[in-house]
Amino acid sequence: MIEGLAAASIACALVAGAACVVQALRDRAVGVGLLAAAGVAELVLLAQVVGAVAELAGGQRAEQPAVFVLYLIGSVVALPLGAWWSLGDRSRWGSGVLAVACFAVAIIVVRLGQVWG
Amino acid sequence: MSGTRTSSGPGRILVTVYAIFAVAACSRSAVQIATEFDHARLAYLLSAFAAVVYVVATVALTRPGARWHRVAVAACATELAGVLAVGTASVVDSSAFPDQAVWSSYGSGYLFIPVVLPVLGLAWLRRTAARPDPSGDLNGDTSGAGIS
Repeated sequence: MIEGLAAASIACALVAGAACVVQALRDRAVGVGLLAAAGVAELVLLAQVVGAVAELAGGQRAEQPAVFVLYLIGSVVALPLGAWWSLGDRSRWGSGVLAVACFAVAIIVVRLGQVWG
Repeated sequence: MSGTRTSSGPGRILVTVYAIFAVAACSRSAVQIATEFDHARLAYLLSAFAAVVYVVATVALTRPGARWHRVAVAACATELAGVLAVGTASVVDSSAFPDQAVWSSYGSGYLFIPVVLPVLGLAWLRRTAARPDPSGDLNGDTSGAGIS
């Protein structure tokens, strides 16, 4: 996996998550701004998947390959699913849902780095 | 409209966290059982059991109706009992749990969320319980939904 992209995706996820918390506290539902913030994080995560797959195809091996692949999948499905679930409740609680998804992504990427080795 | 649904309002966040734990616990126990089952059978079987409980709780919390409400309560109660029992057992006899399971040490590997989650779940289910219950109501519903 690519360290720089991991750090960037964690930063993007934490910023998006913090923005979601702020909007939830202001009693705002998920809007275009929060979706865009999550979208930026998702793009970095997708770049990470491309990079990691290229490295695996090139013969590099993760310390725990199966777990690494599961975390890799989890890292890119979490935000789309979180966004979908958050849009089902057009209130501050939807923003809270997206915040949880963003923070979960940050944790997933940290774990991704740990199982890579 | 959907004010008493367990998956609206704060319940929406609750379902999110339960879903994350369902996916995490399922994946983790699948990997553990597939690759290193003999390493710690008891811990891994308990992880698998925890995974099932999380899946049931997630599904039940997203479904309307009194029956699913009871299923959700049962799942959360099972989860709370499981975390407390496994947590205590893993502290008293750590040799039985050489590898971290979801519920060992009261979920310390998961920011103690496993022990807080069922308490929040049961509290939320208690708040959303009063209205769907068809038995023994005197004056009909007070939800203001206007649908009977």
